[in-house]
Amino acid sequence: MRFVIDVRGVTKRYGEKVAVDDLSFSVSPGIVTGFLGPNGAGKSTTMRLILGLDAPTSGTVRVNGCSYRELSAPLHEIGAMLEAHAIHTGRSAYNHLLALAQTHGIPRSRVEEVLELVGLREVARKRVGSFSLGMGQRLGVAAALLGDPATVILDEPANGLDPEGIHWIRNLLKRLASEGRTVFLSSHLMSEMAQTADHLIVVGRGRLIADTSVAEFVRRASSDANVRVRSSQATELRDALARRDDVEVQSIGEGLLEVGGLTGEQIGEIALQARIVISELTPQQASLEEAFMSLTGESVEYRASAGEENEASENMKAMA
Amino acid sequence: MSATETLPAATAPTQRGFTGRVTQGHVLRSEWTKLWSLRSTRWSLLFAFVSMAGLGPLIAVVTMGHWERLSPHDRATFDPINTALGGYHLAQLAIGVLGVLVISGEYSTGQIRSSFMAVPHRLPVLWAKAGTFAAVTFVLMVIASAIAFFGAQAILTQHHVNVSISHAPALRAIIGTGLYMIVLGVFAMSLGALTRNTAGGIAIFAGVLFVLPGLVHVLPASTFNAINPYLPSNAGGDVLSNTADPGMLAPWTGFAVFCGYTVLTLAASAILLVRRDA
Repeated sequence: MRFVIDVRGVTKRYGEKVAVDDLSFSVSPGIVTGFLGPNGAGKSTTMRLILGLDAPTSGTVRVNGCSYRELSAPLHEIGAMLEAHAIHTGRSAYNHLLALAQTHGIPRSRVEEVLELVGLREVARKRVGSFSLGMGQRLGVAAALLGDPATVILDEPANGLDPEGIHWIRNLLKRLASEGRTVFLSSHLMSEMAQTADHLIVVGRGRLIADTSVAEFVRRASSDANVRVRSSQATELRDALARRDDVEVQSIGEGLLEVGGLTGEQIGEIALQARIVISELTPQQASLEEAFMSLTGESVEYRASAGEENEASENMKAMA
Repeated sequence: MSATETLPAATAPTQRGFTGRVTQGHVLRSEWTKLWSLRSTRWSLLFAFVSMAGLGPLIAVVTMGHWERLSPHDRATFDPINTALGGYHLAQLAIGVLGVLVISGEYSTGQIRSSFMAVPHRLPVLWAKAGTFAAVTFVLMVIASAIAFFGAQAILTQHHVNVSISHAPALRAIIGTGLYMIVLGVFAMSLGALTRNTAGGIAIFAGVLFVLPGLVHVLPASTFNAINPYLPSNAGGDVLSNTADPGMLAPWTGFAVFCGYTVLTLAASAILLVRRDA
C-alpha cells in the first residue's frame, strides 16, 4: 500500500532543542488519522516537516511517494491549515485565496466556491486582520480545500473555537471523511479525536508513544480499569482476592473495595467460590481523556509533580 | 464514534479535472495580485509617484521666483535636469521601504508559509516578486520622471534656463531614474528576504543608502576618494544625473556597479530562501 504521508526516522533540532526525535509513522489513504500529543510534543513541527517548510535534521518525509518540495502541483495533492495562521492580515479573504489559486492556475470560480463552502462569502472582501479567530480558521480551511486535494492536513482545527465553531469543524471533518479524503489532523484533546479519527498517532516530547486504531486505544484504556466491588463481607472478599498474584485491592469505604488486575467476571467467580455476596460490581472505566493523560503523562514537558511519574510509566508499559 | 462509521467508501474524492500546476507565469500572476491587494503598496507607490513627479517642478517654481537674487555662480551651475529629477531623493525612500515590505511583510504575518506551501520550490516566488515589483516601479518612475522633466522645463522657460528632451543627457536621466529605482527596489527586497524582518531590512537599507555616504566623509581624503564613487548610492545615482561629478564613475559604469551589488544581495537571499526553514 502506498502511504499518503510517510515519516521515517525523522529528527528535527532547533539549536540545542530536539523538537522531533527519531519519529516514524505513516498515514494511510482514505481514513482520518489523529495526531495526538500534549502541547509542545512536536506536532506542529512534524507538520511543517511534512509540508516542506522546515527541513529535517535527519530522516525522510514523503508525501504521495515524493518529497513535498518535488510536488509540481501541491495544492491539488495535499491541502493544509497550520495552527498559526499563515495569512497576511492586510489582504482580503478573497484576494488571499485568489493569489494562492493563481499559483496553480485554479479559476476564480473555485475561489468563490470554497468561500461559499466555509460560509465566508459575505465577508470575502474584508481585510483578514478584522476577522475573528473562528473566521480565520474557516479561511484556513478554505485555503486547504482550494485545490480539491485528496489529502487534508489540519493543525489543531478546533483550537480556540467557540462551541458553534467546534460543531462546524466536526461536521466538516465528517464530510471530508465521507468524501473519501485522507485527513490528518492534530489535537491535544483526546475527546476531539475519539469523535472523528479512525487511527491515532500519539507523540510526546517529539517521540512516538503509540500508533494504533482508535478502537484498540479505547479497548486498552478500558481493560486497564479497576473494578469497584461492594459487599457486606468486604474483609473476607479482600482476603480471597488478595490470594491471587498481581492483584491490588484497596478499601475505599465502608464495604467498598477497588480491585486492580482482575476483570469483573473473575471477581464474581472468586466471590462465588468463597460464598461471598456481592451487591455491586462496577468497572471503573477510564475516560479516553484519562487514558491519554496517563499515556502521555511522562512526556509532558512540565509536570505538576514527580509523584505522577511512576504512575504514568506504569500505565505506559501497560499501553505500549 | 466507531471506526467503521468513518471508514471511507474507498473512492478518492471526485476530481474536478484541475490540470493546473505551478509555473513561473502562474506565480507571476499570483504575485501581481498580492502586490496590488495591499494598502501599503498602493500608498507607498502613490507617495513615490507624487514625490518623483511633483518635487522637481516645485523646486523649479521656487528657483524661478528667486532667480534675480541668485549669485552669478549659482546661476552658472544651475542644472535644469538635476533640478527636475530631484524628487528621486524622496521617491527612493518609498520604493526602498516598499521593497523590504514586499517580502518581510510575508514573514511577519506568516503568509510566507502559505506562499511556500503553494510553491514549494520557493525561488519562483522570489523571482516573481522581484519581476512584478521591478516592472511596476519602472513604469511608474519613468512616467513620473517624464512628468517632472517636462513640468520643470516648462517652468524654467521663465528665465530661459530650460533644456529640451533632445538635449543629450535628458532622456538618459529619465530612463535612468526608472532603472535606478528598479535596482534599488530589488536591492531592498533582497534585504527584506535576507533579514526576514521589516525593521531590520529597512535599517540596513537606510544605513547603506543614506548613512554610509556620510560616514565615509570622516575617512582620510585619499581613502574617501577611493571608496566614495563605489558606494551604492553614488554609483547608482550617476545614471540619473546630468553631468557626472568629477571623481565619480561614468553613468553606465556606475550603474553596472550598482547592479553588481544588487545581484550579489539577491543571490545571497535566494540561496538562504531555499535553505532556511520558513
